[in-house]
Amino acid sequence: MTLDLSRRGFLLGLTAAGLVVSASSARAAADFAPNVWMRLAPDGTLHLTCNRSEMGQGIRSAIPALLAWELGADPGRVVVVQAPGDPAYGDQNTDGSRSIRTQYESLRRMAAVGRTVLERVGAAQLGVPAAEVSCRDHAVVHEASGRSVPFGALVDAAAAARLPDAARVALRPDPPASGWDLPLVDALDWVTGRAKYGADIVLEGMTTAVLVRPPVLGARVATLDDVDARAVPGVVDVVRMPDWSPPAAFQPLGGVAVVAEDTWTARRAAERLRVTWTDSPHDGASWAQDLAAMREAVARPGTPRRTVGDAEAALAGAARRIEATYVVPHLAHAALEPPVAVARRTPEGCEVWASTQTPQAARRVVAAQLGLDEAAVTVHVTFLGAAFGRKSKPDYVAEAALLADRVGRPVRVQWLREDAMQHGYYHASAVQRLEAGLDADGAVVAWRHRIASPTIGSTFDPDRHELRDSELGQGLADLPLDVPALAVETHPVQEHVRIGWMRSVYNINHAFAVQSFLDELAHARGVPLPDLVKALYGPPRPFGEAEAGGPISNYGAPLDAYPVDLARYHRVVDRVRALSDYDAAPAEGSAKGFAVHRSFLTYVAVVAEVTRGPRGEPRLQRAWVVADPGRSVHRDRVRAQLEGAVIFGASAALYGHLALVDGRFTADNLRDYRLLRMHEAPRSIEVEVIAEGDAPGGVGEPGVPPVAPAIANAWFALTGERVRELPMIDPLNGRREA
Amino acid sequence: MKLVVNGQPREVDVDPEVPLLWVLRDRLGLTGTKYGCGAALCGACTVHLDGRAVRSCVTPVARAEGRAVTTIEGLSEAGDHPLQQAWIRHAVPQCGFCQAGQLMTAAALLAEVPAPTEEQVDRALAPNLCRCGTYLRIRAAVLDAAGAK
Repeated sequence: MTLDLSRRGFLLGLTAAGLVVSASSARAAADFAPNVWMRLAPDGTLHLTCNRSEMGQGIRSAIPALLAWELGADPGRVVVVQAPGDPAYGDQNTDGSRSIRTQYESLRRMAAVGRTVLERVGAAQLGVPAAEVSCRDHAVVHEASGRSVPFGALVDAAAAARLPDAARVALRPDPPASGWDLPLVDALDWVTGRAKYGADIVLEGMTTAVLVRPPVLGARVATLDDVDARAVPGVVDVVRMPDWSPPAAFQPLGGVAVVAEDTWTARRAAERLRVTWTDSPHDGASWAQDLAAMREAVARPGTPRRTVGDAEAALAGAARRIEATYVVPHLAHAALEPPVAVARRTPEGCEVWASTQTPQAARRVVAAQLGLDEAAVTVHVTFLGAAFGRKSKPDYVAEAALLADRVGRPVRVQWLREDAMQHGYYHASAVQRLEAGLDADGAVVAWRHRIASPTIGSTFDPDRHELRDSELGQGLADLPLDVPALAVETHPVQEHVRIGWMRSVYNINHAFAVQSFLDELAHARGVPLPDLVKALYGPPRPFGEAEAGGPISNYGAPLDAYPVDLARYHRVVDRVRALSDYDAAPAEGSAKGFAVHRSFLTYVAVVAEVTRGPRGEPRLQRAWVVADPGRSVHRDRVRAQLEGAVIFGASAALYGHLALVDGRFTADNLRDYRLLRMHEAPRSIEVEVIAEGDAPGGVGEPGVPPVAPAIANAWFALTGERVRELPMIDPLNGRREA
Repeated sequence: MKLVVNGQPREVDVDPEVPLLWVLRDRLGLTGTKYGCGAALCGACTVHLDGRAVRSCVTPVARAEGRAVTTIEGLSEAGDHPLQQAWIRHAVPQCGFCQAGQLMTAAALLAEVPAPTEEQVDRALAPNLCRCGTYLRIRAAVLDAAGAK
């Protein structure tokens, strides 16, 4: 059966809904609402719930489509409702590329409950057995007689019917693995400026706060002179924020807030605060020192994390040894919308509107900060001006709630771009030393990978300094190398900033090092990299923990349902090679580079074509992407995520760079944290999606990791210059760094 | 101060140095224009002054006095400007946050250069960042809208 989600129908549906209507706010007694996911009105209007945050991945178009399909509903009569933060909606943390992956069946089950009831009461009305009817086109249809009854006419009977057990309800046969061509429910709102993001929420009597936060993590306000700030007309209050103790977790960072009648006044007054800060243990920290320490560390043995055979002995006995060290600096999410949240204290609790990936965590943090029961806190989810993991840390939401409580008026906390650059949670830097031993025939007989990289665990436990299994599991513990002797070793790193997950997370670091090093081996042996990868990863087989020589966290998914599947690796490698004409002689002045990586249970191979730009810098000209996510729902959004991943990955490869000096990053706006711009974007990105599997993998993140090494490998092919440290371009002068 | 915004006369009592962005957003309730950087680096705040694209976050409101201000809310009556239609046809937006600025920049370009080359599109839109990476679809949509005119 095909799903005709007419553009017009879905667009009209959304326009009628608005985003910040909560699912529970408008339930009419006459409606059929078997669970929080659906509410059918007598006029046939069907409200379907999206429990995840819309941050550019198109989830508000995908989840309702899946529910509608299972229901046999007409998408043109669907209104999408955005769920507030509440455990009733299941896990709402929009993170880890898993909104479809982990909900593909459970969402359909919820819709199937409604469909089963409609079938039963519809069959009764038609006077036929329930087994002979089906739901289609917003009606219960008796195919044999051609008679049908529309959904709307069944509301009363359905609302009175007993509900079947969701765990045992029958699902329709699986949807097509390749998904559907679907429109974007929010497209019209996005192109007209009507879509409401966090900062666009306006409440009666609302104020705006701008904060001055400690310049170095862990510093506190020593002295505060707010006389000049308070003298600015329009300033409502100056509030000293509570100090905090480690772990940082999702706590507000402290500092001083200026609350004013409007944003510009708050900003101007904040500049007039005179604050001195206590010492912090991180005051003298610098990237130069940390980098030197990490380089020194990876020259030594570390904590064994993967052990196959005796890598030390095998390296010592190898006919030829190749080694290289790769550096990835800290990176920033740099979503175009800085963090923002609006809060108002109510007699019974607190109501929040936030651009958040995780309304449930936001609710917990607000409740904890205000000493409220979670039930007294409502968190509405607005559109997110992208997020990339930053907005799953609700420190800024807690700031808004604290200030609304103090000021007694609704408060919008607006992070300035400078705040977002200086006070974020940062992508972990990494120094990785790779060594390979080759025998006389050039076969790899030993492999050692040592890594020094701060753990996200340090943000939640100040005593943690070494990568956790779930972090190594992102492209290193699960790297399927068919090598007789292998060692992966980690080193502790003392961190000085809040480390947090950023799109693709540790996969970015691991893929850059591994795929670059494999290219070095391929050149040393004179074989094409795709051939080397297939030979070194080995023949089609499921790759498990015994062979890996260590645990494989596998993104929380069981290895039997989501094996590390070499056949799927081989397929994306072969397909991208053909699609990009990788083996053809390159055009004059250009070269291609290849990389492949599995992350979030999806396989992605990338070929990048680069040339020299006007300053001799690398320019990404074209890219080819082949992805195997198993299954997809919204075909075009899968492609869009992969296209965007090329740009995101290229920004990291070419420009991504934060330098710590005296305990703080030097970059404070997009001038010194450069991102790819239109004229630097490639001329084309060709995407091929292989969706022929049983289980859906992730989509939002897996496209990013192979991009940087593909560009770096292309640069080597073009220039003979090996990139071992990112970024490739000096962000300040636009030239290739020496 | 007297302003004309999207064809409507508006009067605001405001310091002439306040950036136009904050007058539009905080005083006039026109929240389609976005704050992204405050320093003319990202283009999310792009509006038209007498048809030309400006970054409203660094434009003192005094500079808008006596000139026609157009924001995304005023680009078309029903969201059917050729660029808006092309944006939907090409499914350009991901998170959508930068798209008002992208559209306003593109609209100013097409008003001046009805049939731009790819290079002209790139140059005109270089001030507008898209962190989601929709550049190729933006480029295609602008060229499509230009061709459709």
